[in-house]
Amino acid sequence: MSDKSLLQLMVNGETIEVAFAPHKTLLEVLREDMNLIGTKHGCELGECGTCAVLIDGLPVLSCLVLGLDCESRDIMTIEGMASGPELHPLQTTFADLGAAQCGYCTPGFLLTAKELLDKNPSPARDEIREALAGNLCRCTGYIKIYEAVELAAALLRGEEAQPARESIYGSE
Amino acid sequence: MNNGNDKKVIGKPFRKVDARAKCTGQTLFADDITLPRMLYAKLLRSPVPHALIRSIDTSEALKLDGVIAIITGKDLPIPYGILPVSQDEHTLSVDKVRFIGDPVAAVAALDEDIAFEAMNLIRVEYEPLTPVASIEDAIKIEEPRIHDYGDGGNIHKRVTLEFGDMEEGFSQADLVSEDIFFYEGNTHLPLEQHCALARFDADEKLTLWSSTQTPHYVHRALAKTLGLAASHIRVIATPNGGGFGGKSDPFNHEIAVAKLAIITGRPVKITLTREEVFYCHRGRHPVLMWIKTGVKRDGSITAMHFRSFLDGGAYGSYGVASTFYTGALQTVTYEVPRYKFEGLRAFTNKPPCGPKRGHGTPQPRFALEVHIDKIAEKLGLDPARMRREHLQPPFSVTANYLRVGTMGLGRCIDKVVEGADWNNKFRKLPSGRGVGIACSSYLSGAGLPIYWNNMPHSGVQLRLDRQGGVCVMCGSTDIGQGSDSILAYIVAEVLGIDPFDIRVLTADTDLTPVDLGSYSSRVTLMTGNAALQAAERARELLTMAVSEKLNAPIENISFADRRAFDVENPEVGVSFAEAVQLAEAKFGTIGTVGSYTPPRSPGKFKGAGVGPSPAYSYSAAVAEVAVDVETGIVVVEKVWVAHDIGQSINPALVMGQVEGSIYMGLGEALMEEMTYRANRNVVHKFPSLLEYKSPTTLEMCDVVTYLIEDPDPNGPFGAKEVGQGPLLPVPPAVVNAIYDAVGVRIDEVPATPEKVLAALRAKEKGKDARYGPKSIPHVEWPAPLKVLPPSEGGDGKEMPREAVHARD
Repeated sequence: MSDKSLLQLMVNGETIEVAFAPHKTLLEVLREDMNLIGTKHGCELGECGTCAVLIDGLPVLSCLVLGLDCESRDIMTIEGMASGPELHPLQTTFADLGAAQCGYCTPGFLLTAKELLDKNPSPARDEIREALAGNLCRCTGYIKIYEAVELAAALLRGEEAQPARESIYGSE
Repeated sequence: MNNGNDKKVIGKPFRKVDARAKCTGQTLFADDITLPRMLYAKLLRSPVPHALIRSIDTSEALKLDGVIAIITGKDLPIPYGILPVSQDEHTLSVDKVRFIGDPVAAVAALDEDIAFEAMNLIRVEYEPLTPVASIEDAIKIEEPRIHDYGDGGNIHKRVTLEFGDMEEGFSQADLVSEDIFFYEGNTHLPLEQHCALARFDADEKLTLWSSTQTPHYVHRALAKTLGLAASHIRVIATPNGGGFGGKSDPFNHEIAVAKLAIITGRPVKITLTREEVFYCHRGRHPVLMWIKTGVKRDGSITAMHFRSFLDGGAYGSYGVASTFYTGALQTVTYEVPRYKFEGLRAFTNKPPCGPKRGHGTPQPRFALEVHIDKIAEKLGLDPARMRREHLQPPFSVTANYLRVGTMGLGRCIDKVVEGADWNNKFRKLPSGRGVGIACSSYLSGAGLPIYWNNMPHSGVQLRLDRQGGVCVMCGSTDIGQGSDSILAYIVAEVLGIDPFDIRVLTADTDLTPVDLGSYSSRVTLMTGNAALQAAERARELLTMAVSEKLNAPIENISFADRRAFDVENPEVGVSFAEAVQLAEAKFGTIGTVGSYTPPRSPGKFKGAGVGPSPAYSYSAAVAEVAVDVETGIVVVEKVWVAHDIGQSINPALVMGQVEGSIYMGLGEALMEEMTYRANRNVVHKFPSLLEYKSPTTLEMCDVVTYLIEDPDPNGPFGAKEVGQGPLLPVPPAVVNAIYDAVGVRIDEVPATPEKVLAALRAKEKGKDARYGPKSIPHVEWPAPLKVLPPSEGGDGKEMPREAVHARD
């Protein structure tokens, strides 16, 4: 067995000392060595977007990054998205609109969408599509996800937004 | 009281009860669970498609530091399988392997790396056998047989059912049409890989956590294969990270970790790799189909004859049911007075097929709806209107003895025709653009259980405590569809409390009454009815106690806003918690149960078990496409879909199921396929998420959804299914739209650019403007089991053989 490396990782604003085998991906380090199991895996080959986290504010597939390369980087996982009991607006709208069905791809979508809204507070539908094109979801057909991102964007802009009637009850 | 128009919860878009957990990363999926001293397991899988196992040598692997145990087929000699008629699987292959990916040994080690290294040290000697690669192969190659049971050679199942005099039916027709179609196999692709974790406790009881849709069937399979009393086994289904039917069989990896936990006395976990998930498969069967229909000039059907050939892969799985399903639901949409079905399932050396969303019905629905489109054109009729005018009537029994309840298909067609502006688009859009329509129907739960018994299909226990807490317990499994929430909504509605006041405890065979599982779109209707009964019984106890306290007649007591009160004097009442306290003082601890058994089906013949359902949902869809004649690329721009839901328990969740179904249908229509290469075509072409193409946000179309509500008497509050039905019209609607756009028939899905281009080239050369299969294999079908349709005075039983001969 390989010797472990000891380093400090900054995750969700907390600096934590962690020892792990040097070949481990960030995904494995988060889940297996730091017990941050909110980050999920779908392929471990960089194909599905499920394991996306934010590194220095940018979405990165944690299965394609070595844990060793993450020292002194600012890592955000799903566990860091809410402030205590207060959900991020994206979490609220995903919950309200049913954008999380099985919920397995949800952490990756939420973090990728957060990065989009951080840099573009008023994305058009096509910009949302483009930003989320690397994340696969098998449950929703993506539509409730777009609607949740649009609603969260409006809330973050300080608007009093409601979901469209037809997105909840269907068209008349 | 719930008199139908003052509902507080039903029909409202409440959050799911687990929504916050899912959006904060707190939901515990199977692989998120770790236990002290836990070992990691891996399965060594066969690299050859069909071979006898000469020997397995595990001695070198066992010497490796950190390897704790290795088991092989001889350690688990008892076979299992989801259907009683197909007990053809072993946890680990005993004497032969049947596909690339069939497991032969299981290793438990201190970590996954060691387990992986150990697998490389296991020596297996194989003696290759001729592989069977296709339906045609299976019909031709009688020896070697993949299994030593079935209907001869490599045919798993052969069936012929006949309802009415076909010759007479066809003779009444003005037009008799025949077509041949192929529907390629595809897979569920849940984003969560299958995972199971077993623990054998000091008191010699086994617990298995697994991402399964059917903990009850896993429970039975574990008891059988391990030789352990079922009462000593507990199966907990963890929230499924997507299922779609792919986690409905008991799986070898579940049994393997259970056995390893028993042997080692330590918890053992296995998480499949993405590649292994492709080998587990149980996905959509590839089906070759032939259909012949007689119609009058007005488009009414006089008789239909349908043949299907299923490529089953290496094991039985749900395949016998799948075979019958390819012939069952043709009759519930348009009136088919006489109907004949012949079906065949072949064993091949490929990953086993099974139930995927729509189970055995999207393939024949594709064939039927494209066939109808062609017939409408031959008759010069509008395909939407032709369908609309010949619907199966509501509250009727079909020729093959399926009892239809409410039937909203007419309203569905009207909605999409209007919404899509069909009348101004069909055959009127510029070349390269087109619209197509298709309809469908699906079960709200199978009418019969998988193993024969006369017990309920679903049970609910309700516990009310004196603090006002309510706990609902049910064996159902939330696979993302929201079944936990449905239980809470229904109980909350009946007891007049908030759904988030309720604790939902599900899918634990120790703690929850049996529910058969999350398959066949059965959960909302069946657990919903069971929950309704349990909640009404609890309300009755509370009502008696409250009526006594308030000195008000029993019929005056109502429950709403966490209160019980006198409807004639609403300010006089007690809190819900007080109501429970009064009831507890009067009756003792308050707990009630509810259960649900589907109504008996009118069909009494052998084979009548597949197809009946308490209620059928209906859908209609119009697809609008753009076809690039240079590349053959089809872009589906928009789908209008109307779904007859009966009654939405939660419309937001219904919308999510409709949109998800359209998405999955779009993938099947355009790109998703399980295909094989080289080595007689039994090596999986691309067992990866990158190369198995599925729609991303960039391919997903816009969807306009209409919900049609016509409450069905058999559904809780009138609810029918939504999880599967809306997928079915998508592939035929897309293919019909391609024809409208560029005038070529793609009689095979997925409609890839290569196929569209080939058909366009054929059209240019003046050949048949079509891509698709040209013939079906010659098969000796069994003598038909004949049943007289109800319209001709039939009683649902097989006709006496003498009478059959007399009619012949």
